Amino acid sequence: MRNFDYHAPASLDAAVALIGDKEDGKLIAGGMTLLPTLKQRLAAPSDLIDLAGVAELKGIKREGDEIVIGAMTCHADVAASDVVKSAIPALASLAGVIGDPAVRHRGTIGGSIANADPAADYPGAVVGLNAKIVTNKRVIAADDYFIDLFETALEQGEIITSVRFPIPERAAYQKFRHPASGYAVVGVMVAKFGADVRVGVTGAAGSAFRASDFEAALSENFSADAIKGVKMSPDGLLSDIHCTNEYRAHLVGVMARRAVAEA
Amino acid sequence: MGQFGIGQPLRRKEDPRLLRGEGRYTDDVNVDGQLWAAFYRSPHPHADILSIDPAPARAAPGVAAVFTIADLDADGVPDMPCEVELSDLSGRPMWKPMRPILARGRVRFVGECVAIVLAATQAQAREAAELLKVEYAPLPAVADSESALAADAPVLWEALGSNVPVHWQNQDSAPVDAAMAAAAHRVRVRIVNNRLVPSPMEPKAALAAWDAQAAKLTLWAPTQGGRRIQANIAKRYLRLEQDQLRVISQDVGGGFGMRGQTYPEFVAVAWAAKQIGGAVKWRADRTETFFSDYHGRDQVNEAEMGLDSDGRMVALKIVTLVNLGAYMAENGPRMPIEGGGRIIPCCYHAPQFHFSVKPVFTNTVSTDTYRGAGRPEANFLMERLMDEAARATGLPREEVRRRNYITQFPYRTPMGYVIDSGEFARGMDDALRMAEWSTFEERRTEARARGRLRGIGVAAFIEAAGGRAPTEDMRVRVDAEGAVTVFSGSHAHGQGHDTVFSQLVNEFLGVDPDRVRLVQGDTDVTPRGSIGTFGSRSSMMGGGGLKASCEKIVAKATLVAAHLMQAEPAAVRFETGVFRAGASETTFSEVAAAAWDARRIPEGMTPGLDESCLFQREAENFPNGCHVCEVEIDPDTGTPEIVRYVAIDDCGVVLNPLIVHGQVYGGVAQGLGQAMVENALYDADGQLVSATYMDYGMPRAHHMAHVEAGFNTTPCRTNPLGVKGAGEAGACGAPPAFIGALVDALRDHGVTHIDMPATPEKIWRAINRANAPA
Repeated sequence: MRNFDYHAPASLDAAVALIGDKEDGKLIAGGMTLLPTLKQRLAAPSDLIDLAGVAELKGIKREGDEIVIGAMTCHADVAASDVVKSAIPALASLAGVIGDPAVRHRGTIGGSIANADPAADYPGAVVGLNAKIVTNKRVIAADDYFIDLFETALEQGEIITSVRFPIPERAAYQKFRHPASGYAVVGVMVAKFGADVRVGVTGAAGSAFRASDFEAALSENFSADAIKGVKMSPDGLLSDIHCTNEYRAHLVGVMARRAVAEA
Repeated sequence: MGQFGIGQPLRRKEDPRLLRGEGRYTDDVNVDGQLWAAFYRSPHPHADILSIDPAPARAAPGVAAVFTIADLDADGVPDMPCEVELSDLSGRPMWKPMRPILARGRVRFVGECVAIVLAATQAQAREAAELLKVEYAPLPAVADSESALAADAPVLWEALGSNVPVHWQNQDSAPVDAAMAAAAHRVRVRIVNNRLVPSPMEPKAALAAWDAQAAKLTLWAPTQGGRRIQANIAKRYLRLEQDQLRVISQDVGGGFGMRGQTYPEFVAVAWAAKQIGGAVKWRADRTETFFSDYHGRDQVNEAEMGLDSDGRMVALKIVTLVNLGAYMAENGPRMPIEGGGRIIPCCYHAPQFHFSVKPVFTNTVSTDTYRGAGRPEANFLMERLMDEAARATGLPREEVRRRNYITQFPYRTPMGYVIDSGEFARGMDDALRMAEWSTFEERRTEARARGRLRGIGVAAFIEAAGGRAPTEDMRVRVDAEGAVTVFSGSHAHGQGHDTVFSQLVNEFLGVDPDRVRLVQGDTDVTPRGSIGTFGSRSSMMGGGGLKASCEKIVAKATLVAAHLMQAEPAAVRFETGVFRAGASETTFSEVAAAAWDARRIPEGMTPGLDESCLFQREAENFPNGCHVCEVEIDPDTGTPEIVRYVAIDDCGVVLNPLIVHGQVYGGVAQGLGQAMVENALYDADGQLVSATYMDYGMPRAHHMAHVEAGFNTTPCRTNPLGVKGAGEAGACGAPPAFIGALVDALRDHGVTHIDMPATPEKIWRAINRANAPA
C-alpha cells in the first residue's frame, strides 16, 4: 500500500467538496474491494475520502411503495432489516448471501453498486427490481446505470446517496457461487410487478443485465415451466478457469427457474 | 495407563495460547534497527536477463542496499543443489542443475528472485524493488509436463538438451508386458494429478540478525525443525561453524512438507544480514507465497492393471510424469519414486510391477513435498484402477479389493520396503459397516426420486511414515521440584506435540501433564541431533526418543530411590509415580529433589536427572486405512455434496484419539480440497493464472461433511510405542473415496473417471456429454 491522505468528512457536502478538490482522490465506503486493491498496489490514490462518518447516507426506510436504503448501509443491516424482510424478502436474502459475515458487516450497498463488480450480487437486485440510483446530482434508472465491467453511469465526483427499490408483488434471488471466490458465477433476481416481470442477471456478463426472453415468457405465464425451453446464448458471457460462458448460460436458466419457483 | 497417559483424549494444551493470539511466529519478532527486505521477482516465465540496473532502486528513499547475484558471486555464495540421486537402468545418473539464490543471466519461472532490496521500512523496500530496471529478452516457455516432452518444446537447460533429466525405471518392462499380455482382464487409467499450492496460514518470512560481538547470526523463520536449515545455511552458504547460526522457529503456521526446505529467500536474507552486519526482516505477502513456496503434486499417470479370471492382479504398469518446475527442489524428483513409489501397489499384491518415471522441467515453481508427498498420488491411481478392475471383472468394488489385499506380513513391496503389519480387509469391513454400504442402493433410489444422483465410493490406502532420516534426538530434564522439560528434536507446527509428549511423560514418569513443558524450534537449545518433523515421523521418532529418555530417567531415579530407601536397586519398583521397595516408598518428586543433591545420591553418581536419547528407528511404519464417501449430485448444476464420510484408520497404537481424529479431519479436508476445488493452473505461456484465492479454490466448511472416524488398530511391530504416523492419511484417502463416489453416482451416464478437481462444471459436462445422443 502506498501513502495517501485520509479524510473523514461528516457531511455529504463536505465529501462532495473533497472529491472535487483532490487531484486523484477516491471515495471509500466499506473498502471491500478498494482496500485489497490498495494493498496489492494496483491503485494508489492521492487521497481517500471515507464516507463512513456521513450519517445521512445510512439507514433503511419505507417510503410509499419503495424501500429506500442509504448508500452506506452495510449488507448485514439490509439482511436483518424487518422493513426489508417484510416488503422485499428477496432483497434481504440476497444481502444475506453476499461474501461472508465479515464482508457483510463492512461492505455497503452504495460501495457495491458504485464499484460494479460483474460478479457482485446487488447489481442483480438493482436491475431485477428496477431500482433507482439516487446521487447527489440526480436519479438514475436501473436500466441506464450499469455500462460494463466496473463501469457505471456515475460521473466524476458523483456520490450515490441511496437506492430506491420498488416493492414487487413477488420476487426471489438465486445465486450460484464461484468455487474459488464465492462471488456469483450467476445470480438471478426475478421480480413480478403486476403484469410486468423483470429478470436481472449478475455474474454472467460484464455487467448486470435483463434476460428479456425470460421476462417475455414469464410475463405470459409466471411459472418455472414457462422458461424451461428458454435458452440463454453464451455469446458475450464471461469465462474463467472454473466456469465457461456455456456453463454460465446454462446456469442462468437453472437459477431463473429456481427463483421463479421460490418467488 | 491412567487418566492422562497413552490413549487418553487429553485436550490440546497448546490451544489456549494459540487461540488467544499468544503464539510467537516469525513476523511477531522484531529487532531494533532492522532493515526490511523486498524481493524483485521475475515477471517472465522464461527470459534472458540482458542487464540489471539497480541504480534507481538504490536512489529511492530509505534504501540501504540492493543486491543481485553479482554480489553473491563476489562473496562466493554457492548455488543450491538438489539432494536426490537417481539413475536410469543403464546406470547413467540423473542430470541435476543448480539453482542460484538470485537469478544469474536467465529467469525460468514467474516469481523467481532476481534481486533483494533493503530499506528502512517494508513499504520503502517494496517501492524500491519496483524501480529496479531489468532488461529481458523473453524466451518461449512451457508449463505442463506433457508439452515439455515435445520435440520442439522450449528447453530449460541447454546443457541437458531436453527437459527430462532422467528416465527412471524399477526394472525392464519385458516380464510385466508378458504377464499383462496373458491377463484375462486389462484395465487402464489416465490420471492428471492436479498441481496444488500449499496454503499455510503463515506466509514465508525471515528475520536474520548478525551479532558482530558474538560473531553469530540468528535466523527466525518458519521451518519444520531448523537444524537442517542451520547446517545448510551456516556451513554451505555463509561459511560459518554450524553453531554460529541459531535458527528459531517457535510457532509455525502450517508446515505440510513445504516448510522443511532451505528456500533461496532464507539464504538471501541471512547472507544480507551478515553482509551489512545488522538485522534484515522479510515477510512474503500471499501473492509471493503463491509464486515462491514449492507447489505439490502435478503428476500425469498412465497405468494399466492386468487381472486373472478370478480378479487377482497379475501385472501392474505405471508410467508417470512429474512436473519438477524450473529447478530441482531439494526433494523434487523423489516424490513419485521414494515418496510414493515405495508403497505402490499400495494395499495390494502385484506379482509383476513395472514403474517408469520421467521428471520434467517446465517454466513453473518447483514442486516438492506436500502432505503425503507422492503417496496420495500413488493411492489415487491404485484406487482408480481397482474401481476399473471391478467394472471389467464384474466383481463388486469391495470384493476385487478383498481378493488383492496383502495378507501376509511382513510384506516386502516391489521397491524393497517391508510392511510390518496391517489388517486391510478388517479395516474395509469396519468402514463398509459404519457407512451402511450394503443398503446403499436404497439410498440411491430414494435420491433419484428427489432428482438427485447419489453415489458411494470406497478407498483403501497405505502410507509410509518416519522414513528418510533414521534418527531423532530427544532430551528430558526433571528439575528438583519434579517438573519436566522436554527438549524436542521433533517440531510441532499444528501436530499437538505439547499435548502428546506430555501424555508420554505422564505415562512413563507419572508426572502430571501440566507440569511438563515442551521446548522446541531453537537450535541453541534443542538437542544436537534433532531433525524435525516431516513425513508423519514424530510419534515414532520423537515418541521413541522420549520413551528411551524417560527409561533412562527411571533407571537413574531407581538408583537414587534405592539409596534413599536403603534398598537394593533390584528390589525397587516404579509405578504411577511412586518408587516402592518392600514397605518403603518414595515419590518421583522426592527422588527428583534428591537426584540434584550431591549429598543424597549414591557415591560416584553425577547429580541431576537429565537424560537424552538419539533414537534410531528400526524401520519406517505403514499407516493405512479405508475411507468411504457418499455424495449427492445436483444434476442441474453439477454441484456435488458430500452426504456421508467414514474414515477408518490404522495408525497403530493411538496416543491421543482426539489429536489423531483431528489430523484425519484436516487431512480429509486437504484431500477434498484437491479433489473438489484446488488447482494451480499455469497458462500455456507460463503465467500462474490461479495466483490468488479469487481463482485458487480452497476447501470450505460446506465442502466437508461430518467425518465419522474410527480406528482399526494394528500395533506397529517395529517401534517401541507401536505407533504409525497419522498426519498424512486423510489426504491419501479422501481423493479416491470422493472421486469413486462421483463416478458411481454417474455410472448410468457412462462416466468412468473425472479428473481432479471435480468442479461443478466438469461434473455437469460429464453428465451432459454422456446424455448427448451418440
